Amino acid sequence: MSMRTVVPIITLLVGLAVAPLAADARDDAKKQVQFGISVAQKSLWREAIFWWERATKVDPTYAAAHNNLAIAYEHEGDLAKARAAYEKALELEPNNAMIKQNYELFKEINDRTTRKTGQ
Amino acid sequence: MTARHARLASSLGALLLAAACTSSYEIQIETPIRPKLDVGAFQRVLVAGFLAGGTEDVDGNLETTRLLRSQLRTKSELRVIDSDVLPLMDVASEAKATDSGQQPPAAAPIKEQKDLEPYEHVFANAEYWKKIGEEYQQPLIVTGTVMFTPLSKNQLVQREQEVYDSFGRRRVIPVRSYQERKGFSLDGRFIFIDGRSGATLHTEMFGEQVLYSPTQSTPALSSYFELMDRLIPSFLSTLSSQKIKGTRILLQ
Repeated sequence: MSMRTVVPIITLLVGLAVAPLAADARDDAKKQVQFGISVAQKSLWREAIFWWERATKVDPTYAAAHNNLAIAYEHEGDLAKARAAYEKALELEPNNAMIKQNYELFKEINDRTTRKTGQ
Repeated sequence: MTARHARLASSLGALLLAAACTSSYEIQIETPIRPKLDVGAFQRVLVAGFLAGGTEDVDGNLETTRLLRSQLRTKSELRVIDSDVLPLMDVASEAKATDSGQQPPAAAPIKEQKDLEPYEHVFANAEYWKKIGEEYQQPLIVTGTVMFTPLSKNQLVQREQEVYDSFGRRRVIPVRSYQERKGFSLDGRFIFIDGRSGATLHTEMFGEQVLYSPTQSTPALSSYFELMDRLIPSFLSTLSSQKIKGTRILLQ
């Protein structure tokens, strides 16, 4: 068997082995995100932060988790962390209209607090 | 169907499925905004008065002082001191005349921001503000400049126009043209002074504009309040924490 045949086969096997792991991580993160949503809807924002932070650790590529975390940070008044989380969410899904809309609304508030001042 | 087409169709299907599976939930949030200035050392606030100019239809000094006092009374924990509004222009002119040993010059009309510059030295006069502070039990003092001026701008507007062709058929076409729109601008700064030392603690610049269509006739005072309404949240957020309500979308 030549190298030209072996390399794609190995790549395929590695891909097949890794794919379920990634899928597992996303499934796990999705559960945490859903749990976070249910507690946020009851105004338990600190607990929501706990679940969404966990989700971003389990699956750092999950844009929804970063988006939700940004909203929770915003609600808690931690605007620097909110900005970082929104930017991460948009880096992962630059064309997601809902994340973009959330970020625009956030920026409006953030700009108001950092309005031009002197002294 | 070739293998390539099949692959393309399956990727498209997966994308559509993923989009359909994304759930979103609208949620209300309240963003707390910390005050920009620590006013813990003060129990009282004195909105002293403003250097004002622009249109003669609105007394920027009097109206701004009244409005800020009423806002602070309801939206701040500081006790608002009721006192006569300081005629800061006269104070500044007299201070300058005393320094130079000459009579104060006749007040020139204040039409634009740069006309205020000869008077602005009053804000740096720590002794004067300290004296005011002593008179009112060392409050936080709010002062500054207010320039409320008429504004006129040419703006591109689109309107519909009826046209008839050579056969007499009517058509409506959009026509874009420049139209002069009038309104007002409100510029200046709020200055927060420590009534114990006379030192400036914080300065907040502001600038807002409003333009109306030519058919609309809006009194100057209404425009002034419309523009001040936009500035008030920022002014209040300097002294007290605010909560801004909004809606966001949670994603799954």
